[in-house]
Amino acid sequence: MSTTTTTPPRARVQRSKEHILEVVSDSGEGAQKCGQSFGAVSAKMGNGAWTVEIIPAEIQPPPRTPGSASGVRIRIGEREVTNWGDEADLCVAFNEQVLLSRHRLGALKEDATILVENMWATHDDPLVRKAWEGAMEELSGRSYRIVGVPMEEQCLAVTDNPKRGKNMFILGLLAWIYDRDMERVREQIALQFRKKSKEVYEKNVELMDLGARWAEANLDFRVEVKAVPPSAPMVVMNGNQALGMGAMAAGLDLCAMYPITPATSVSHYLGEVFESVGGIVHQAEDEIAAIGAAIGASYAGKVAFTVTSGPGLALKTEFIGLAVMTETPLVIIDVQRGGPSTGLPTKVEQSDLLAAMFGQPGDAPKVILAPSTIEECFHCMVTARRIAEALRCVVIVLSDANLATGVQPFPRPRLDPRWQAAQPDPAPVPEGMRPYEWDERLGLSRRFVPGQPGGMFVATGLCHDEGSKVTYAPEVNQKGCEMRSRKVATFQQTLLPPPVVGPAEGDLLLLGWGSTKGAIEEAAERARGEGLRVSSAHLSFLSPLQPGLPELCRRFRQVMTVEINYSDRADAPFVAPESRRLGQLAYVLRGQLLLDVDCWTRVPGEPLRPGRILEAIREKLSKGVAR
Amino acid sequence: MSTGCSLLGCGIDEEHAYEQSAYEGPLARWCPGCGDHMILAVTQRLLFEHQLRPEQVVFVSGIGCSSRFPHYMKTYGFHGIHGRALPVATGIKLTRPDLHVFTVMGDGDCCSIGAAHWIHAIRYNVDMVAMLLDNNIYGLTKNQTSPTTPQGHPSNTQPRGSYLPALNPLTATLGVTNASFVAQTADWVPGHLHATLEAAYRHKGFAFVRILQRCPVWTPAIFRDAAQDPKRNEILVDSKGIRDADTEKLGGKIVPHDPSDLHAARRLAEDGGVVRLGLFYRDESKPRYDETRHQPVFAAEERIRILDEEFDRHAV
Repeated sequence: MSTTTTTPPRARVQRSKEHILEVVSDSGEGAQKCGQSFGAVSAKMGNGAWTVEIIPAEIQPPPRTPGSASGVRIRIGEREVTNWGDEADLCVAFNEQVLLSRHRLGALKEDATILVENMWATHDDPLVRKAWEGAMEELSGRSYRIVGVPMEEQCLAVTDNPKRGKNMFILGLLAWIYDRDMERVREQIALQFRKKSKEVYEKNVELMDLGARWAEANLDFRVEVKAVPPSAPMVVMNGNQALGMGAMAAGLDLCAMYPITPATSVSHYLGEVFESVGGIVHQAEDEIAAIGAAIGASYAGKVAFTVTSGPGLALKTEFIGLAVMTETPLVIIDVQRGGPSTGLPTKVEQSDLLAAMFGQPGDAPKVILAPSTIEECFHCMVTARRIAEALRCVVIVLSDANLATGVQPFPRPRLDPRWQAAQPDPAPVPEGMRPYEWDERLGLSRRFVPGQPGGMFVATGLCHDEGSKVTYAPEVNQKGCEMRSRKVATFQQTLLPPPVVGPAEGDLLLLGWGSTKGAIEEAAERARGEGLRVSSAHLSFLSPLQPGLPELCRRFRQVMTVEINYSDRADAPFVAPESRRLGQLAYVLRGQLLLDVDCWTRVPGEPLRPGRILEAIREKLSKGVAR
Repeated sequence: MSTGCSLLGCGIDEEHAYEQSAYEGPLARWCPGCGDHMILAVTQRLLFEHQLRPEQVVFVSGIGCSSRFPHYMKTYGFHGIHGRALPVATGIKLTRPDLHVFTVMGDGDCCSIGAAHWIHAIRYNVDMVAMLLDNNIYGLTKNQTSPTTPQGHPSNTQPRGSYLPALNPLTATLGVTNASFVAQTADWVPGHLHATLEAAYRHKGFAFVRILQRCPVWTPAIFRDAAQDPKRNEILVDSKGIRDADTEKLGGKIVPHDPSDLHAARRLAEDGGVVRLGLFYRDESKPRYDETRHQPVFAAEERIRILDEEFDRHAV
């Protein structure tokens, strides 16, 4: 282990199909900006890339503590990268305490290379020196290669405030290690500081160049991950931005929301750009008012959406039931986080499926879909809006914190004006037509909009007949429930079976939904590489379910869902079939289709690692039980 | 139709005149003697006088006796959930400024379960008439204490009498930043009720009207004195206020009050054991959220073109 560097050795180039690096600092030191810029540059050069934020739960946690670790993980590859991977190959840490946090979480490979600010080793404060020594002692249990980097000392040559400049220094250092296109790096800095002065931009470029020069003079290794510039135009963004852009592509008019992590950044993004297409971001007084305003706008002929996370979804429950009952088109985005209650506000979980499906008192059929990639976050909004309008129903989009902050390049969509919602049509309602004149076979009816002569009716949450007349007659309530359910059944007929990735038959089929797709498919592929007969399928629609699942499952000896929500291990103490809590998709598949589906689920507050899924696959196939 | 497109036109349809019956829905199912009947009749008359196109009018309500109101109109209506009429109404007006929006709430609806929305709706100051039909009790669920139930008044939930002093919706409203129209009237003075709703309708902004409303079943005594002995009441008058000669002739004390004087309005809104009817406060210069946030409608092709430019920022 060396904590200082001397003469520059000739750098050895490690060639790799993929590499995972992390940049961590105290909260507020800009590691995230640095990492996001690196990820964006890599994507632009044609590497597959997945970037995910490492977020402290507090806004300003005490510096130089493991809890303060804030940063970003970037996984780049020669091919498309679909998830955040396993342990990191390289970690840049602004102090040894945030490094410890990653070490303790098992985020780093056994032989990871670590670049750490070394000023702390010789700090004036003996307590700091002691902390450094303690950390090095703790880290020495692994075979990390630790390289000290004089970040602050170097930055002082360029700026009086090195605390705010280190991140650009590190960007330069990483750019040298990974041989990034320096012109693109400078462009990225320009983009990042586009709202600031030229002087600020130049200062940051100077810091970046300094980092690159320092690396060249002092580091003995470089990493090469081949990049093939993409043939088709690509775009890069995170999942929440993609949802926001999708909302615009869908022609949605109103985003009514209340701040909640990790959903809020959808509205941050839209707050910047939505008005340029005539949209409104309405920050309501609470979650309930947010959905209320969205329902009002949709009732009035627009299609509105609201964006929230678990606790907000719970608050919106009564209004969701009202939208179902009044058959008001509505799109709800739920960017899921850890629960129950306040849970893990900044961390990923897939625990809202059952709440979305069954959260309302009474029968409240609706459509639930789940994007599994950043690209799908964009396209699913167009789909969701169309379904909501065509069916006069509620569509819930289940995204999650992994997609929300994950950044991934994808092919630039070819936008189509037909994706846009039509403006309300003021044509008179045909004489005698009623506001819930259901087609009895399809359950569909035509939506009346205020402003249409002859269509005056009162939308009501009370039991009502075709004319929206309130009545408690038994046959009317039966029929209303039937019709609201039937339109969802009608819609289900339009869905396709989920495609199988891997052979169409085998020993184990993994079923997933949402953001876990990339990790599951990667794990299954690695398992097949070991000779295991494993395939996977991923559901885009959770309510109603896609067709073909029983036929699909029958071709595998065992079926197991892989989800980020809580389930009991089948062999846990006292757990019996009567008490075993299951993964949420497993509950649905067992209940809906009588499929013998097991589950392997975890709630670590981080995306599933493909390596961990692979272990579960091995376990399942060797013992029949996934631990 | 002079405007060609009914979505762009507001209010009067020049092609044909509407009878009052054009605004009248099915027979109201409130109890005989309920004050809501009069409020409904006066409201229908207001729409008739303004010859509003029924399809351009939306009545939004929550849950409660008074929230059945939209069902008895022949306009568009949205009968939602308890306490949440105002967010729905806000969403409607925000995206469809061409519609005339009336929100009808009861005292439980507005001042209890929906109190947060009430405060914020005042501050948003979105153009609508907000009618609080205040009978001081929960009627539909059969006699429970509401926030405006007088202290000591017994109910099924507080049989030994309401424990707390009643919430005063007028002082509460006048205390909220950006309040722009606050008036009080009563079901038993139809002329005054009409003049008040007229002023509220004409007001550009959130026009909050508390209507004292008799409930013959659960709170028959609460407004008995005020209704039967109008001399006990005070009528706020001003050239810029609400005037109704019939009500002013009833013998109540005539109190001159300039509705632009917020401090005087707050003082007069304090209880003091007397019912005061009239316009407490009006300020049309207050910013309106629906106006501030108004967005033009873009054609689909235009939106797509702008979005495509936005994609340039994310291009690889």
